[in-house]
Amino acid sequence: MKMGKRIVLALAAVGAASLISGCEWSQNLPFEWPIGHKSEELGAPGLGMQFIKNEQIWKARIAANSDVPEPQPPAAQGGPAASTVYQNVPVLGHLSIGEFNRLMVAMTEWVSPDEGCTYCHLPDDMAAEGPYTKLVARKMIEMTMRTNEGWQKHVKDTGVTCYTCHRGNPVPQYNWSNVQPRKVPARLANLNQNLPSWDTAMSALPYDPMSLFLEGDQEIRVTGPEALPIGKRRVMTKQGEETFALMFHFSKSLGVGCVYCHDARAFERWDFSRPARVNAYYAIRHVREMNNEYINPLVDILPENRKGPMGDALKVGCSTCHQEVYKPLLGARMLDDYPALATSGKAAEEPAPAATEAAEGGSAVKTALAE
Amino acid sequence: MPQYYNIFTRVQVRNPVYPGVPLPKGRLPRVGKGGFPWITYWLGKIGDAQIGPIYLGFWGIFSLMAGFLGFFLVGLYMLASVSWNPIHFFKFFPWLALEPPPAHYGLHIPPLWDGGMFLIAGFFFTISILAWWVRVYVRARDLGTGTHLAWGFATAIWFFLNLGFTRPLLMGSWSESVPMGWFPHLDWLSGISLAYGDWYYNPFHMLGIGFMYGCALLWAMHGGTILAVSRFGGDREVEQITDRGTAAERAALFWRWTMGWNASMESIHRWGFWFAACMMITAGWAIILTGTYVDNWHRWAEKHHIAPVYPSTGVSDPAAVEAGATGEWRVYPYLPGDDGSLPGAEASGQATEAAVTEGAAQ
Repeated sequence: MKMGKRIVLALAAVGAASLISGCEWSQNLPFEWPIGHKSEELGAPGLGMQFIKNEQIWKARIAANSDVPEPQPPAAQGGPAASTVYQNVPVLGHLSIGEFNRLMVAMTEWVSPDEGCTYCHLPDDMAAEGPYTKLVARKMIEMTMRTNEGWQKHVKDTGVTCYTCHRGNPVPQYNWSNVQPRKVPARLANLNQNLPSWDTAMSALPYDPMSLFLEGDQEIRVTGPEALPIGKRRVMTKQGEETFALMFHFSKSLGVGCVYCHDARAFERWDFSRPARVNAYYAIRHVREMNNEYINPLVDILPENRKGPMGDALKVGCSTCHQEVYKPLLGARMLDDYPALATSGKAAEEPAPAATEAAEGGSAVKTALAE
Repeated sequence: MPQYYNIFTRVQVRNPVYPGVPLPKGRLPRVGKGGFPWITYWLGKIGDAQIGPIYLGFWGIFSLMAGFLGFFLVGLYMLASVSWNPIHFFKFFPWLALEPPPAHYGLHIPPLWDGGMFLIAGFFFTISILAWWVRVYVRARDLGTGTHLAWGFATAIWFFLNLGFTRPLLMGSWSESVPMGWFPHLDWLSGISLAYGDWYYNPFHMLGIGFMYGCALLWAMHGGTILAVSRFGGDREVEQITDRGTAAERAALFWRWTMGWNASMESIHRWGFWFAACMMITAGWAIILTGTYVDNWHRWAEKHHIAPVYPSTGVSDPAAVEAGATGEWRVYPYLPGDDGSLPGAEASGQATEAAVTEGAAQ
């Protein structure tokens, strides 16, 4: 080989190496990964707990979740309570009149920007108990307050607002409802699996893990905590597939892989897991409460076009807020500008039983996390 | 004139068409009176150019019939599960499956359309595979050869029966069998690993993988060596076993220079046979011990100091911390203690309980 050729080859090799290793979107990954991927290490070195991001997909997700509305200008301080000015304001009556109106404007922007006030209010009688959307909105405000007050182990102090789910839509874009069973000959037992589904990442796993775990309270844990079988096993391979399907729903909804919470060498182990798994533990119970206490009771007043094919309400799943990123709206702190939604204003009264239970465990978890 | 090359070659070695040795008395005739045997140029590229005649005999016909019956039942169920819609059958084919019965039937006979058909199809597949084994054995006997292939095949049948029959029997539920479908059986595969604590820590799974990769490595080494010495007649392996010529000497010397030791022209074939057989034997144990003898392979591997120890992330099970939320589940016993003692040490269980008590007190 001639000298000139060698130099050209050497330069080409150096150029290719710098191209592969130099740019931001090919960090920390072995050379065989295509350019445009980036890896973040989520665990101890050597565990391979890598969060691998595809540049195009991730940039699209950031774009889709960065559109946070500007906060409404602050309300005037003081003023009478809304309940003394307006009639029929059971949930927000304790707010000052300025804060109340500010919240109404914000909600219109978040939920019904095209439809306006009359989406939830009768134009000639704003205080009336109708249309149905007003009753739904009231329940949803209660749900938001309960979330921010009682489920901080899930939402932390970032909290949620109406916009976290609604994003300018009267019905949040990401929702789920009971799956219409496929038509099969009468004698065939329905399988609830073996058809492609977004929620289970196009696998053949059970395609409705949401109603099992996010509405029902089926046991999620399938792996025994002992090396040898002790007593009778509670779950077996087939039930394991249901948990597996739920984990796919998580993964798709949060735009993360297994190792965002788990160490994949031993999924069941809490002492190997990342703190995010504790959030997820409370998230499951939080979503269950939202579906059973706040969404499902509304089913009788919902019109047909606001129900799923099986006549049930459109319910909350992980994707409803998260929308394919691990922190909804990438962690934007909207609640700070709307303290009215952070509390029901009735904290002194008896808390709900679930809140008491959660509060007892909370300090221990925080201790564990701090360690 | 075409030349023989020992990587890719254009030369085809062809014999005159040959129907095979006369069959023993009482055997059914060979199949293929009309066109068989025939010569195909393209198959000659990768093997023998002669196709047929095939000998099916009683066991071959029996096996094929049972196999097709099972195959037909799987297809029938898949078609029924898309309401007999042929377009959906093809569109959703990768997802469709004949699933084993639900767990609540245990070892009882389920209704036909709720797992019963799975048992029937599985029965026919088992009959088919056993009859094929008899066929392999009888063919070898009739040709006067050893029965090595039949016993090699038997190791695969051991694996197959453990998956679909023995392990479900020991677990007390037919639901533990493998679904008959493309994606579903892959989901089952990762599912059983997840449910039983990660099969990468199952030592028999490790051995099975080792033997499987070993098979590939041995094949590559052997195939490469023989092709490399074919210019000295190394392709005449059988003669070289007993009458060692320069090809065998050079092949042996190559490996002795390369790694200090070499298999012989004969023993390399034993290596291949036993690696393949051991793969299935160890994989069969991996299956049959899961859930019956060992419930959580990672915990088992940690107990026996097979799994490496990494630092704890310090996260505790919220259910255990909330004490009583799921009471049947014990506090996990292998949290490292404050002094960094290894998992499994006696003190760690107490340390965990203390941590929980402390948490509850706060």
